[in-house]
Amino acid sequence: MAWVNAIIQGVLTGGLYALFACGLSLMFGVMKVVNLAHGDLAVVAGYLAIGVITVTHIPVLWSFIIVVPVMAVLGYVLQRTLIQGALDRGVLTTLIVTFGLSIVIENGLLQFFTANSRAIGTGLPLVSGSFKVGSQIQIGYLLVIIFAVAVVVLLGLQYFLSASKYGRLIRAVADDKEAAQLAGADYRHVFGIAAAIAFATVALAGIFYGMYSQLSPTTGTDTILLFAFAAVVIGGLGSLWGTLLGGVVLGVAQQIGAQINISNEVLAGYIVFLAVLVLRPQGLTSRRTQS
Amino acid sequence: MSLVAETTARPAETVRVTRSRRNVAWTGAGALIVVVVMALLPYIVYSGTTSIIVQGFIVLTLASMWNLLAGYAGLVSVGQQAFVGLGAYLVLILAIHGTSPFAALPVAAIGCGVAALPMWWLVSRLRSGYFAIATWVLAATIMLIIEKFSSVGGGTGMPLPGLSGFSSVLLTAYTYWAGLAVTTVALAAIYLMLRGRPGLVLTAIRDDEVAARSSGARVGLARLLVFVVAGAGCGTAGAVLAISQLQVNPGAVFSVQWTAEMAFATIIGGLGTIEGPILGTAVYMILQQTLASYNAWYLIILGLVAIAIALWSRRGLWGLIDEHLHLRLFPVGYWLWPGGEKPPQSRLLSRLLSRLRRPRP
Repeated sequence: MAWVNAIIQGVLTGGLYALFACGLSLMFGVMKVVNLAHGDLAVVAGYLAIGVITVTHIPVLWSFIIVVPVMAVLGYVLQRTLIQGALDRGVLTTLIVTFGLSIVIENGLLQFFTANSRAIGTGLPLVSGSFKVGSQIQIGYLLVIIFAVAVVVLLGLQYFLSASKYGRLIRAVADDKEAAQLAGADYRHVFGIAAAIAFATVALAGIFYGMYSQLSPTTGTDTILLFAFAAVVIGGLGSLWGTLLGGVVLGVAQQIGAQINISNEVLAGYIVFLAVLVLRPQGLTSRRTQS
Repeated sequence: MSLVAETTARPAETVRVTRSRRNVAWTGAGALIVVVVMALLPYIVYSGTTSIIVQGFIVLTLASMWNLLAGYAGLVSVGQQAFVGLGAYLVLILAIHGTSPFAALPVAAIGCGVAALPMWWLVSRLRSGYFAIATWVLAATIMLIIEKFSSVGGGTGMPLPGLSGFSSVLLTAYTYWAGLAVTTVALAAIYLMLRGRPGLVLTAIRDDEVAARSSGARVGLARLLVFVVAGAGCGTAGAVLAISQLQVNPGAVFSVQWTAEMAFATIIGGLGTIEGPILGTAVYMILQQTLASYNAWYLIILGLVAIAIALWSRRGLWGLIDEHLHLRLFPVGYWLWPGGEKPPQSRLLSRLLSRLRRPRP
């Protein structure tokens, strides 16, 4: 029964990892940017939420309504200035700039908020509670909510990219930005919109992570970025639903590793990642779908 | 272009090709003097100063290796801390088994070079940005595996044995000389490599990868070579780090901060030149020493400067110097002298050369 419990927990944390990964995947799919500051931006969103809650004393769930749009605007602005500037100069510059950003954010957080880890205390019974199935399986409501949100976000993104006018524009620009430009689409603006969406998803994921676990300045790189990336590679580069599959595989691998020995949790996830890289470098879903 | 067109029209013997625009004898002698003076420093300055310079040696070696990766081979690795950690742990393991840590330095270099082969096999499946994060994941994985072994200190690490026989003054001096030797060998190896055939391929990749491929350059092989050399170099720097810190802690040696430092030093100094990392390391050390009491601020400032330089002055500080003075301390390219112009030579050198070039009977 303990093993079944581990698998269920793994599947549910997979939702959180998918939420981290879809923004990374979207930015790579649309503008070929691998944002090395992705994880640190999630931490920034989490810290913002903590700040907003402490200062205004609003209910926890309201922090989403404030922080997610703020991060989306930040995403648009950052894309139009720093990231676009780097993109114009080549892939190498993009990597250097986002890596620089990552180190600057991480050490900035360390400098201003110390290395202490913080959690977003919800105080809501719905979030902190759990229900039991049988005698040994205990499922937290929060993980179920996160998983549901991840599925809704992925469904929304899928619909947005395939059916809406802006989604079609994003796909057109992702395919060939010069041709889209000739047809009258301002690709820089479209890139900005895509970055805004990616930042919104990462903000969502960052706040959820703060509720589920704890955030510290280094969480962004040593946990979030690497897990998100592992989920993307396991699932298959460029596939939106692949990120969910990749997240679930990563989560299950970690929970099974933790079941064997609690110190194996992270390592087990990475070993599955390396195994996928060796055996199936195109990822588990090799078919290219959205973005 | 115009230079080539002009020269092809002239008779071949009037065109001279040299490595440098200036006389190489002086820069070569200069390098020798610098190394000798540096080697004498432990007799002159306090051990506190040499300890700081050892940090500089470590960063310079790392930065030069990262420059080879990113500046020439187009490989942005953010997982070079894997080799720093491996080198440190190789020294630790050998020291536990009774080898002197100093004698373990070459073993660390070779061991990390060999370890780079399977790692390359894994990460080379991914391109550019994903390659970068894959190296990072690999570094994290190696750290997690090493933490499993309690015989090397597990998650907390352990002090480096085998150095208790030295007095502290002597140990500082030996560490300094080891650092100097590692850095000198690393720079010399990079210089010779870039002067030779691999350098030609790498410079072609640096300037235009597609063009390099289409003209038959074996890009994959050159990249493998660079990854192995950079692995060996970073590993040796990690070994020096272990000796200078007198202990090995997994979180510290496998920290991504090493990659941040080597990358920032390289970018600020100038990507794609041998001189760049040297200048960048100097800037790094000055900033780090002046801002030492403000914790992480030096890294924040370095990061911001590196971002600015990457965006607006791609060739870095050395690029600015080169643009105005046409100065190359390590000439790896060629300079074409059209007929009539004579490459500069010292009188001593030209007399020697003319004796060698006696007209044949």
